[in-house]
Amino acid sequence: MTSLVQTRAPARPRLGTGFRTVAATTAGTLVLAAAPLYLAPYATTTLTRILVFGLLAASLNLLVGVVGLPSLGHAAFFGVGAYAAAWTATHQTTGAGTLLVGVVVAALVALVAGAVAVRTHGVFFLMLTLAIGELTQQAADSWEAVTGGSNGLYGVPAPSMFGTVLDQPATTYWYVLGFFVVGMLALRLVSTSTPGVVLRGIRDSEDRMRALGYRTTAIKLGALVFAGAVAGLAGGLLAAQQRLVTPADAGFETSALALLAVVIGGTGSWWGPCLGAALVIVVRDSLGATLDGHGPLALGLLFVLVVYLLPRGIAHIRLRRATS
Amino acid sequence: MPTTQIAVTAMVNGLAIGLLLFITAAGLSLIFGMMDVLNLAHGALFLTGAYLAWWIGGEQQTWPSLARAVVAVVVLGAAAGGLLSLLTAPLSRRSHLEQALLTLGIALVAADVLSALFGDDVRATEPPAGLDGTVTIAGWSYPSYRLALVGVAALLAAAVYWTVERTSLGALFRATVSDRDMVATVGVDPRLVRGGVFVLGSVLATLAGLLGAPIYHARPGLDTTILVLALVVVVVGGLGSIRGPLIAALLFGQVESVGRAVLPGLASFLLFGTLAAVLVVRPRGLFTLAPGGRR
Repeated sequence: MTSLVQTRAPARPRLGTGFRTVAATTAGTLVLAAAPLYLAPYATTTLTRILVFGLLAASLNLLVGVVGLPSLGHAAFFGVGAYAAAWTATHQTTGAGTLLVGVVVAALVALVAGAVAVRTHGVFFLMLTLAIGELTQQAADSWEAVTGGSNGLYGVPAPSMFGTVLDQPATTYWYVLGFFVVGMLALRLVSTSTPGVVLRGIRDSEDRMRALGYRTTAIKLGALVFAGAVAGLAGGLLAAQQRLVTPADAGFETSALALLAVVIGGTGSWWGPCLGAALVIVVRDSLGATLDGHGPLALGLLFVLVVYLLPRGIAHIRLRRATS
Repeated sequence: MPTTQIAVTAMVNGLAIGLLLFITAAGLSLIFGMMDVLNLAHGALFLTGAYLAWWIGGEQQTWPSLARAVVAVVVLGAAAGGLLSLLTAPLSRRSHLEQALLTLGIALVAADVLSALFGDDVRATEPPAGLDGTVTIAGWSYPSYRLALVGVAALLAAAVYWTVERTSLGALFRATVSDRDMVATVGVDPRLVRGGVFVLGSVLATLAGLLGAPIYHARPGLDTTILVLALVVVVVGGLGSIRGPLIAALLFGQVESVGRAVLPGLASFLLFGTLAAVLVVRPRGLFTLAPGGRR
């Protein structure tokens, strides 16, 4: 971030790293860590799914809320990370190295896809990312030798750490929670530090940031790769939790749900998308089951209700219309 | 000459698919270009048209059932367009992202209703007698439905093109693209224009679904496939124009059909490769209208 121009920082976020934030984060983590001791196994599994999906939503929030890049294809990186981790767990190692493979592969895919996507603006970015997600799903569907085709990769071995196989609901939960915290801290570090301020500046006025000497296209690509890498981490956790990866995990509907979670939770906030993810998972899994398989119906109505009833939560997203 | 036969058949198929894509994408482009609404429920409209073709005609269409299906599809498309226009009207001053989420929600509801009504099986329908075989021209045989489709779709495409580019109604539409407030100032109710564009765009989508039913076969998930194809066409062709999507749709029809014949496993990647190549050279599509630098 070497800029020759000294300027007033654009709207530094009020998310301080003061004592209160640290205390609240630590307390929240402790409560989450203790949860499986008091919950039934099914509830623990649901909570695990919420953490996985929450990390995906939080990584998408870096793009939507901080950089102002509304992506409808973020699940592509999630799915790629999940496939890479599941493949590694099946064929190579079941350690945490699977997650590293997921992160690296997802970041590489994000680099390639992003190199095209960040050149576009506004609604073109929305549509292009949608196409990227859909094509990733099609690729997963057709590349049977590696992805298992439409059956997906099933029977993924449980993760193991320090020689212990983590195949109980509670141990899987703690494994997921540990890396969830790592991913969330990485996201927070980026969004509250100097790069985060630059990214917000790009969201608010890309032309001005460019005039100040920032290479905005490269910076946006960097943000996309970072968000893609965290989504890949979430994908690796999905493979560990679900022990199954299907093309739908990379597809349009997963992306749309992640975007919905971000919008429900409030795009500016760091932990809001996780709350949104919790609501989405509960509606899809619990309500969908009681509605006799009409989960999509409930979700569709949730979309419509959120847009009509929660305009404040989404008021400050700016889908830039290029003004050149 | 089997190779030539395959090549020619693939190109005729590509022409048919391209024209079908154009009819679908033209509706999307009109609605976005004129009303500034990104309608992600467009694929659901196409699928509705395809299901109606099966529901009215059964597995084997007859000419009377085809005529009934056309009427049903136009009426339903118009009603759906009016409804979409009403539902999105309150969001006209808000961001594209919110409109996208709303229409996405509508698309999810529509997909669920369609699968509740028609089940999860593939609902194939065959074209009526006389169009269900092959014809032989100059020693080469083609599926006759695809040839007829080329003719009908070309007529429809020409009608859309002529309406938008040459009539006073089209002039009103294009004026709305350039400056909505000015159209309101000269005394035309923008809500009527809005409703009209939505109705026209939606009818085009349901009609394309009816015409495409014997090729694509109505099934769950077809709505997303078509939506993505139409979006790719519109992104490459440029939003709000008619000529851009026409050229892009014909290009992608060939990429899809010839690609599937030559490199069966890589057709989707060819599609994405073409999309990426176009956007690297022209990030705003080939023919985006840029009146007064609005976009």
